[in-house]
Amino acid sequence: MLLRAIADLDPNQGVVSLEGRDRSTIPGPEWRRLVGYVPAEPGWWAETVGEHLGDWTASAAVLTNLGFPDKTKSWPIARLSTGERLRLALVRALIMRPKVLLLDEPTAGLDAASVAAVEAQIATRIRAGLAVLWVTHDPAQAGRIARRQLAVEAGSVREEIGQWPVTSP
Amino acid sequence: MASYITLNYLDIALASVLVLIDAGLSIIFGLNIHRSLLVAAIRMAVQLTLIGLVLTALFSLVSPLWTGLAVLAMILLAGQEVMQRQDRRLLGWWSFGLGTGCMMMSSVLVTAFALLTAIRPSPWYDPRYAIPLLGMILGNCMTGIALGLNTLTTSLMLRRSSVEAQLMLGATRWDAAAPVTRDALRSALMPTINSMSATGLVSLPGMMTGQILSGVPPVEAVKYQILVMFLIAGGTGFGAVAAVLGGVYRLTDARHRLRLDRLAAPQAS
Repeated sequence: MLLRAIADLDPNQGVVSLEGRDRSTIPGPEWRRLVGYVPAEPGWWAETVGEHLGDWTASAAVLTNLGFPDKTKSWPIARLSTGERLRLALVRALIMRPKVLLLDEPTAGLDAASVAAVEAQIATRIRAGLAVLWVTHDPAQAGRIARRQLAVEAGSVREEIGQWPVTSP
Repeated sequence: MASYITLNYLDIALASVLVLIDAGLSIIFGLNIHRSLLVAAIRMAVQLTLIGLVLTALFSLVSPLWTGLAVLAMILLAGQEVMQRQDRRLLGWWSFGLGTGCMMMSSVLVTAFALLTAIRPSPWYDPRYAIPLLGMILGNCMTGIALGLNTLTTSLMLRRSSVEAQLMLGATRWDAAAPVTRDALRSALMPTINSMSATGLVSLPGMMTGQILSGVPPVEAVKYQILVMFLIAGGTGFGAVAAVLGGVYRLTDARHRLRLDRLAAPQAS
């Protein structure tokens, strides 16, 4: 719900700003291009993978990094596994080149190799200047990737210190 | 005017025996619909008799005021009907206002267009032409808008995640809702397209048969029917586009968010 509110998908109160610009001064669609959001259950509007990835040359490199073959483009969405959907939704968001990425359990249900590939891919983007707000239930994952950790417990937010610098994985 | 055969009340009473036979069949087979059948038949007879009287009065008055009031009443009743046919209504004034407003805009526009260009009665608002014409356009427009809005709201509910996926990637509300909008418009116009392609082969339209029964040469009646079909297609098209786009506008907001919270809970039926 917090991520949906930051991406401005639900009516919400509070002030959000990006690089000093208040969200209310930026039109909704432009805001969401700057602040990408990958939900835990991403939606699909066309039949094949390729139709969801507008810029195919830009997506090809990211797809390879996440372990997808070239022919992924023609795969029907209906036949994808949950893990494939999550990773493809991440590709879809990354090729928009957002400044901030909001991730909701992006590695839930992935095998260890895919988890590592996703974490490495995002770490590369973070080094290139991307800011990420990553929601996870896995403290070990939080330890691996986070520069700053916020724990949400019983409705309140508590700050924890990140053990690792962000460039480590 | 060509000849037509007037009916007396005995003729009608004789035909009503058919309904009584239907009711008898319902009792024999235990269908349990004889009550509603008889109530519907009596309602039909009473309603039509009343409208016959109202039309007689309107036609003898030829008053723009009274014709206008009759038109308004028809549109408001049609608006009520559109609202009744929604599984999920828009909240507030929109549920009645959107369908009614769009029907008013398109049916009045198309009727006025026909009266001022093709039929040209004198005066142009002569209720003998205006009322039946508007009735036919309005009836079809009502079906189209009811179907279009219903498809829009149900598919937005069902395909919420696909619409929001596009919003998340920075699509505008119109782009994100485009697939759903197209479906809604298609289902709104489908009955009109089907009736145009089947007419003359499978069914003879009521207006045309009516004219033929009253002694109008078939070729002349056909010309009228073709005109009316075009008017219906135009009226339904304008009305449905306005209503569906209005629905998308209402169910999204200026921040390009999907606002399904502006829909009421489903109708218990």
